[in-house]
Amino acid sequence: MTDQEIVAKINSSLAEEFEYDLAAMTPETTLFEDMGLDSLDVVDLVIVLETAFSMKVREEEAIRKIRTLGDIHDFVIAKKRQLEGDR
Amino acid sequence: MLLRRVVITGVGTISPFGRGVASLMDGLLAGKSGVVELPALAEITGMRTRVAALATGVEAMEIPRKFRRSMSNMSIFATLAAQDAVAMAGLAPEQLGSGRLGVSIGSTTGSPQTMEEFFREFNADHSLERMKSTLFFHIMNHSCASNVAQALGVTGRVLAPAAACSTSTHAIGYGAEMIGLGKQDFMLCGGADEFHPLTSGTFDIINAASAGFNDTPHQTPRPFDLRRDGIVCGEGSGILLLESLDSALARGAEILAELTGFATNSDPGSIANPDAACIAQCMRLALADAGIEAGAVDYVNAHATATEQGDIAECAAIAEVFGADTPVSSLKGHLGHTMAASGALELAACVEMLRRGVLVPTLNLDEVDPACACVLHQREVAQRRIDTLIKNNFALGGVNSSIILRRYV
Repeated sequence: MTDQEIVAKINSSLAEEFEYDLAAMTPETTLFEDMGLDSLDVVDLVIVLETAFSMKVREEEAIRKIRTLGDIHDFVIAKKRQLEGDR
Repeated sequence: MLLRRVVITGVGTISPFGRGVASLMDGLLAGKSGVVELPALAEITGMRTRVAALATGVEAMEIPRKFRRSMSNMSIFATLAAQDAVAMAGLAPEQLGSGRLGVSIGSTTGSPQTMEEFFREFNADHSLERMKSTLFFHIMNHSCASNVAQALGVTGRVLAPAAACSTSTHAIGYGAEMIGLGKQDFMLCGGADEFHPLTSGTFDIINAASAGFNDTPHQTPRPFDLRRDGIVCGEGSGILLLESLDSALARGAEILAELTGFATNSDPGSIANPDAACIAQCMRLALADAGIEAGAVDYVNAHATATEQGDIAECAAIAEVFGADTPVSSLKGHLGHTMAASGALELAACVEMLRRGVLVPTLNLDEVDPACACVLHQREVAQRRIDTLIKNNFALGGVNSSIILRRYV
């Protein structure tokens, strides 16, 4: 999976889950202010990512620092690379 | 007896006839049936009934995701109906958040659909890792009441009575008492339920679900009819905006009807089988609460679900209290039994019957069971002035309830 494919899958998964306009999603889009998510949504966001990419990230420290879509892209790409390296 | 007079100034409904009281009345007066065949029920081992009355005209996406995420279907029904009741009453947003408006809305249980989804996932591998954050808000017992309060910005009291088929009659009665006591000026009251095979199954197991008309669903249920064979489960929501008379007059609201009496009692004789004497006592308590004699009642809106025992017991009780000259009908033939919504949906129709001066007959009542012949059955639509009516609901668990409405003068 290329980085572009990962970004596209993240965006489409989150757009569907949170009914957000896919065309309006940029790396600078903030989760709380722009997308209007709250603490409950963040719980579901993690489940959406775990399901989409078949990985466990709920306990990751880095996930608590995520503020933008770009943060999610970077986090998932790094996690995928790490998992691939572990194999 | 209410210390302050309580009136109805708004009504909202989601029923098998669609959204809104106008479509509800159109269906009732046209003698339509909201019952359909549900082939999926045939796939359940041991389920003999294959009919249900499903809600129509529901546009869930009207509700913003922020509120909708914590709602199952029953809360969606209740929220849309509550929005319509508020709009009809002409309440302003600042009144919704004034603290003087409360919510009293119940359901039989929390969402059975979400509960099923949870346990299907959970039982697969005993894992919580796929469970969404809003699951609990679907299955808590006060899901409908809380979701309506959240979506409408209500800051007053939140109450969620649960008494199966008496649920929304309780919700309305207790709401009226809160206003009567001066604790709130407005109450959004009613009930909601979503269809689930568990509901039909509950009645099928105790041989109280209709299974003889699966191929002709519009012919069942058949309250009071000789060929009746049980309940048809349905879904929907009815919400009424109750208001103190003083408040309604002060803001120039249109008053649809006055709620003058409410009573409920417990029948400890059986958790499942109704008792005529207990039902009669409930209706007498409601009359006493309204401060009227039985002779003042022009119409009885029966609970009558088309079960063998329930219809007979209710008829005997009605005959004992009101005699054989007061028109009686049940709306279950049109709407099926919408469970926790039934009291409020049927009361919403009663409000319209009062306003329009029209009686809705019992659908599918072709040949009155001799055991139910002791009352005057309304067999066809009739124009008739109604000043006062009584509406009954009785629940598994031995919970009876009655409400008295009066034309506001």
